[in-house]
Amino acid sequence: MKPAGSIVFFTVASGAGYGLLFWLGLLGAGGLIGGDGIFVLTVLALALVLITAGLCASLTHLGNPQRAWRALSQWRSSWLSREGVAAVITYIPAIGSGLCVLGGAYGWAVLLAFVAALCSLATVYCTSMIYASLKPIKEWAHPLVPAGYVILSLFSGAALLATLMALVGEDPSVPALQALVFGGLGAGLKWQYWRSIDTARPLATLGSATGLDRIGTTRPLDPPHTEANYIMREMGFRVARKHALSLRKITLWAGLALPALLAACSLVIAGPLAALLLLVATLLALAGLLLERWLMFAEATHTVTLFYRGT
Amino acid sequence: MTCLPELVPGQKKLGLVIDLDTCVGCQSCATNCKEWNTSGMSAPLPDFNAYSAGAEGVWFNRVHSYEAGEGAAGKTVHFPRSCLHCENAACVTVCPTGASYKRAEDGIVLVDADKCIGCQLCAWACAYGAREFDEDEGVMKKCTLCVDRIYNENIPEAQRQPACVNSCPTGARHFGDLGDPESDVSKLVAARGGFELMPEMDYKPVNRYLPPRKHVVPEQGKPVEDAPTPMDIKSSLLRFMDKVLTR
Amino acid sequence: MPGAEPKIDYSPSLGDEVKTTTCYMCACRCGIKVHLKDGKVRYIEGNPDHPVNKGVLCGKGSAGIMTQYAPARLRAPLLRVGDRGAGEFKEISWAEALDIATGWLSKVRAEDPRKLAFFTGRDQSQSLTGFWAAQFGTPNFAAHGGFCSVNMAAGGLYTIGGSFWEFGEPDWELCKYLLMFGVAEDHDSNPIKIGIGKMKARNAKFVSVNPVRTGYSAVADEWVGIRPGTDGLFALALVHELLRTENVDTAFLARYTNAPWLVIRNPGGADDGLFARDPDGKPLAWDRARGAIPAATPDLSAVLAGDYVLPDGRTVVPVFQLLAERYMAPEYAPEAVAKQTGVPAVRIKRIAAEIADVAFNQAITLNQPWTDVYGREHATMVGRPVAFHAMRGISAHSNGFHSCRALHLVQMLLGAVDTPGSWRYKSPFPRPIPPGPPPAGKTSAPNTPIAGNLLAFPQGPDDLLVNEDGSPIRIDKAFSWEAPLGLHGMMHTVIANAGAEDPYSIDTLFMFMANMAWNSAMNPGEVIRILTEKKADGEYRIPHVIYSDAYFSETVPYADLILPDTTYLERWDAISILDRPIGSAHGPGDSIRQPVIEPDRDVRAFQTVLIELGARLGLPAFTKPDGTPRFKDYADYIANHERTPGVGPLAGFRGVDGDKKGVGEPNPNQLQRYIENGCFWQHKIPAEQSYFKHANAAYLKDSKAMGLIPNENQIVMQIWSEPLQKFRLAAQGHGPKQPPEHLRARVEKYCDPLPIWYTPLEQQMHDTTGFPLSAITQRPMHMYHSWGSMNAWLRQITGSNKLYLARERGEAQGLVDDDWVWVTSRNGKLKCQVKLMEGVNPDTVWTWNAIGKRAGAWMLTPDSPEATKGFLLNHVISEWLPAQEGFRSANADPVTGQAAWYDLRVDVQKCAADEIPLTEPHMATLTPPPGLPAAPDMLRYTVGVKP
Ligand SMILES: Nc1nc2c(c(=O)[nH]1)N[C@H]1C(S)=C(S)[C@@H](COP(=O)(O)OP(=O)(O)OC[C@H]3O[C@@H](n4cnc5c(=O)[nH]c(N)nc54)[C@H](O)[C@@H]3O)O[C@H]1N2
Ligand SMILES: Nc1nc2c(c(=O)[nH]1)N[C@H]1C(S)=C(S)[C@@H](COP(=O)(O)OP(=O)(O)OC[C@H]3O[C@@H](n4cnc5c(=O)[nH]c(N)nc54)[C@H](O)[C@@H]3O)O[C@H]1N2
Ligand code: SF4
Ligand code: SF4
Ligand code: SF4
Ligand code: SF4
Ligand code: SF4
Ligand SMILES: [Mo]
Repeated sequence: MKPAGSIVFFTVASGAGYGLLFWLGLLGAGGLIGGDGIFVLTVLALALVLITAGLCASLTHLGNPQRAWRALSQWRSSWLSREGVAAVITYIPAIGSGLCVLGGAYGWAVLLAFVAALCSLATVYCTSMIYASLKPIKEWAHPLVPAGYVILSLFSGAALLATLMALVGEDPSVPALQALVFGGLGAGLKWQYWRSIDTARPLATLGSATGLDRIGTTRPLDPPHTEANYIMREMGFRVARKHALSLRKITLWAGLALPALLAACSLVIAGPLAALLLLVATLLALAGLLLERWLMFAEATHTVTLFYRGT
Repeated sequence: MTCLPELVPGQKKLGLVIDLDTCVGCQSCATNCKEWNTSGMSAPLPDFNAYSAGAEGVWFNRVHSYEAGEGAAGKTVHFPRSCLHCENAACVTVCPTGASYKRAEDGIVLVDADKCIGCQLCAWACAYGAREFDEDEGVMKKCTLCVDRIYNENIPEAQRQPACVNSCPTGARHFGDLGDPESDVSKLVAARGGFELMPEMDYKPVNRYLPPRKHVVPEQGKPVEDAPTPMDIKSSLLRFMDKVLTR
Repeated sequence: MPGAEPKIDYSPSLGDEVKTTTCYMCACRCGIKVHLKDGKVRYIEGNPDHPVNKGVLCGKGSAGIMTQYAPARLRAPLLRVGDRGAGEFKEISWAEALDIATGWLSKVRAEDPRKLAFFTGRDQSQSLTGFWAAQFGTPNFAAHGGFCSVNMAAGGLYTIGGSFWEFGEPDWELCKYLLMFGVAEDHDSNPIKIGIGKMKARNAKFVSVNPVRTGYSAVADEWVGIRPGTDGLFALALVHELLRTENVDTAFLARYTNAPWLVIRNPGGADDGLFARDPDGKPLAWDRARGAIPAATPDLSAVLAGDYVLPDGRTVVPVFQLLAERYMAPEYAPEAVAKQTGVPAVRIKRIAAEIADVAFNQAITLNQPWTDVYGREHATMVGRPVAFHAMRGISAHSNGFHSCRALHLVQMLLGAVDTPGSWRYKSPFPRPIPPGPPPAGKTSAPNTPIAGNLLAFPQGPDDLLVNEDGSPIRIDKAFSWEAPLGLHGMMHTVIANAGAEDPYSIDTLFMFMANMAWNSAMNPGEVIRILTEKKADGEYRIPHVIYSDAYFSETVPYADLILPDTTYLERWDAISILDRPIGSAHGPGDSIRQPVIEPDRDVRAFQTVLIELGARLGLPAFTKPDGTPRFKDYADYIANHERTPGVGPLAGFRGVDGDKKGVGEPNPNQLQRYIENGCFWQHKIPAEQSYFKHANAAYLKDSKAMGLIPNENQIVMQIWSEPLQKFRLAAQGHGPKQPPEHLRARVEKYCDPLPIWYTPLEQQMHDTTGFPLSAITQRPMHMYHSWGSMNAWLRQITGSNKLYLARERGEAQGLVDDDWVWVTSRNGKLKCQVKLMEGVNPDTVWTWNAIGKRAGAWMLTPDSPEATKGFLLNHVISEWLPAQEGFRSANADPVTGQAAWYDLRVDVQKCAADEIPLTEPHMATLTPPPGLPAAPDMLRYTVGVKP
């Protein structure tokens, strides 16, 4: 699949935003977020900015963004619609909790933040299901895909929150610990996922796609058109195996393991150095996730390419 | 509505039956589809880089060719591909806006261009590559099964068929109700062992393809090139001479 | 609410208006209905009532809209202002253009009309253009038939009185076995497709003999991947098998062919090989009881074998004996030809057995009485349901004439000519063998028309167009000893001969609808060199070039004066009974084109321009006695021109009341009547005339009455060809007209009265060891030569071509798909990409014809795949055979002059890794003529739907 820049950015940015919102709500509910109202509001704002920036980016992927509102209508069948609905709904408790902080209604704020946390999780899950429900793409219609989206969203959110807390001098160890845990989980999951897609059997063959397997090995002779087309540009993108393997390594080590390690280090080192480590960890994580999402597209194969390439 | 219609017994399922034993790959179905539809209900079907490198356009029907098998048992097969109007049309269920829908009355899968936001998710969801994105208008288009022909009262009844079926010179394309086991198309499918594409994907396509017929496999093995047997020309001629040939 | 389904307009109107006319996206002549809305073309569909296509359309016909609106359409007459080839033109008015053309042409006509070479390409108005040339007084006229398929025409017309090509068709309804040779698409595009569809529906057997398994061969029940150029041998092996197994319809041979005719055996004598005739010139046969009597005796009881002595002492043998002696010989045994043809002997034997079984054990009997030429009534029609069809895979070889005759011989042995289920004549065939008077043009004189047809049928040496010394009279050397049966002229040699001033120089080259500087040239580089060559005095070698095209093709920049034509939807045309009508086995027919839209440019229909030029030049047939133009325009000519009294371009609705067919006075409302009838006319012959037309009394009588044939005599098929024997006798030193020394042996060898097979000339004449592969082309079904590339839809389907190669061979050379290779022939080399495939003869490479385009032409940007990846095989084909003892003959069939495109042999080698992936030769980019609009980047063509 052709990596769509807007969508790669969207899932990473809003994933981090929802992760941040999730931890804010969850840790806030547990009273584990220090700092004053301003800090909480800043974190909340940052989460919403990330989410909104991501959503806006995703709109640029649309042929007719002005009609995007229509996407809220088909939640009964469409994960994209559900994602839209969940995203819109998430704003309500999130903004609500912010207003409560401003209004000093901290009890309500904590409750709404907790609701926002659940909504965030739901939204990320919906996003993941958009991909996981696409049957023709075996790398997406994979059980580890939803888990991966959620875990990596929680990872980037935790790293962000830890960094922010460290920057304002709060103790970041709780979110840093989460970053360590989810970073580690994420790395393990991705490793498992890659192993799994590498060995997965193709969904179909050119023989079954054309029914010509009843005659013998089938090979394309002439394409319908000699130049490329939308379908092939969109679904036919391929990244060289060698290239993909090194990108996987970078993602795994620099994007997941190293930030997790840095988060672990921050647990034992205090002060500005910890903040610096966490900042580096977060930037690495975000960059790693961009790479991971890019790979998620680039390595995905679609059954339609069978018709054109035979594989 | 992106929920699929409930299937009722005797459900009308309009679709195409394409005979791979007869299709010669002439492209008539592809270009006739294009000319009908470029001013039809999904009009226009744009063409980009029309007179330069990278020319590509929106086509609802594309004709591939394949080679299957090797040696004497091998076959070249021309293979037209368009929307299969699946019963389990994932392109419909993924659509967030309701622009994509499958009609309860005849099973045709359509896109309402006025609702489409151009998210292209349906193109990702279609296993068969039958969705065609109009990148200029930003909306998804696809084979309409010529819904603006098959019920069109301005067209003589005999020609109320999809454009591609009407124009196909070899008669390799058939149109009808595949939900009715007594229809001509259903009988043809039964008689010729018609099959669905990628059954393992469980999209339950309505369209069917008829397989190339089994044909004689010419003599296998090394050619017997025994030495030319000299013919007894004389006695053969004598026999020909004996034939009585009166007008 | 968001879920509601939208309202659909189920019955949108198709347009404001619908007009019928005839498609011309190719020469198949299908009937179309053009729907117009707001003055633009909304939809083109097949006319269901039309006899040719019965409502279907092909891939090209369905893309007519994009041809109509192509930006490459020429817009106004052009006059060259720079050097030839530089593409510098200025737009001029029609008045100026006609003045200039008249000036050049009237001078030529007054001095030496032969100095005008008028050659036309893919047009369908040869009865007008040929007539015009004769009126002008030049013998130098032909259409493209000489490089197209004259082998099929000559092979058929000199053998069975009809031919494959578009003059005959398998009996699609009844045939049980179809053997098709070398057909990718043919002129009968849709009828063949409809027919194959019908056979498939009946599950009849279809065998395709073709080095490549695509298209029709792909759906064949059996594919015979023969080695190119060896079909004649394959067919003669079938003949051998049929004779060996005595599966021969001797009754058919005796009744309908010259098998019983007596041939004089007098080796070395001037009458050797000629027919024994009675004093009235009637050929004789040997009757069991009565001895030698005229073969046309109704109750003849003929012998087919044996040596006989005539009362005058001459020894004679029946034709059948000669044929049996020759083909029973071991050299034609399947085992002997297996290696050369690449078809195993067992397979040849099986196919022979299969066709014999179908012909004789599965014969069809129709309960249809008919009467033969001898007045005998037959209660039934018995058919041999084996049909043959063949085209350019046979014809485009230098042995194609004889290969074609060999196929007809198999048909005759099976009794499978015009019987139920076999191959059938299409009206106006059958015709006498050969059909008509000899070619005109032996003499030409200033300002004097030539009487007769320039392209006609020689019966022997006396009819050749040669000077006293045996040298050619025509610029293309057709009807000379180099190509005695050059029935269609030799367009492929015109420019080369004019360039070499052999046999003489010309002043004006006038071309119509032929892309001679590109895909219709053998060796386009050489054509371009000659067109731009200047003599010592600074004058061009060919001083004037006038060209009529409708589009900016590769040839436009090489002309001095461009006469821009209309498109097929903008003009009148006649698909004339005098030319290549739409007759079928069911009866005669012809059709017209009517303008369905107004041109939006300053263009004129070429035929109208030609008629006006005729009037300006004072050609008698185009001027009234008072000197004023005889015809207003082409439409006027179609309706009112009479070739002979009562016979005009159209056969339908003749006579003042429109009630006459074939012959009748001009009808002022004729075109209107055609329009009312869907732009065609068809006469359905009664069932009793459907078969055995060559000997069917009622058919022959009616045909004669309609003016289709000159008499009602039986048309006896010619196994032994006397005209060929006459040429051969001349070569053996008999008679006053003999070939020049350097051609004597060649004429003797190739003018064999019975079909022969020989290695294609080009391959005999050079060492082919370095060139192991045969290279051929195929027509893509959805492209018409170079016409498809300006069509925005068609060019998407095939914008570039590859060289297809057998997988095994490619892999052995380390080639993978898309690799760039050099293709080398004795004539040059080209660079292209390869594609490996299974279904191709292992010794053959092939590509789609005419996809490669010259950069800049057709209003395509220079980076278009047509110019960067597409290639033209023509660059490595030579128009000449290798020079032999100082002279060069055309790379053509030695009997008919048919261009031998498919004799090419090449070598294929992988390009070095550092070579630029760009096709070669890659000629300089052409600049468009002034006034052509820039081609748009994006098209959103739609009519009447959305703004
Ligand atoms: N390698 C190879 N070369 C071949 C062949 C092959 O098999 N292999 N086949 C040969 C054969 S059989 C043929 S017939 C030739 C055909 O080759 P050409 O005779 O050159 O035929 P086209 O390329 O179809 O068209 C000729 C010209 O007609 C112009 N034209 C189109 N429509 C109109 C119109 O309405 N009016 C006018 N005035 N002009 C128009 C086109 O623009 C084009 O320039 O190619 C020959 N060349
Ligand atoms: N779509 C389309 N239709 C056309 C045309 C076009 O350009 N496009 N051109 C028109 C013209 S001008 C013509 S002349 C006709 C020609 O119509 P076809 O006769 O169909 O012409 P080709 O494409 O030359 O096809 C020749 C076939 O013979 C095969 N062949 C080559 N050499 C041999 C051989 O030695 N033996 C055998 N058995 N087969 C061989 C080739 O593989 C090919 O399949 O088509 C006409 N119709
Ligand atoms: S073929 Fe594709 S577009 Fe058509 S109904 Fe099935 S899934 Fe949808
Ligand atoms: S592109 Fe249009 S039709 Fe397709 S899923 Fe999106 S909104 Fe629905
Ligand atoms: S049914 Fe209509 S829209 Fe669909 S492929 Fe055929 S012509 Fe095109
Ligand atoms: S029109 Fe018919 S024969 Fe031609 S490509 Fe389409 S299905 Fe095949
Ligand atoms: S075969 Fe096609 S292009 Fe040729 S006349 Fe018929 S419809 Fe037109
Ligand atoms: Mo041709």
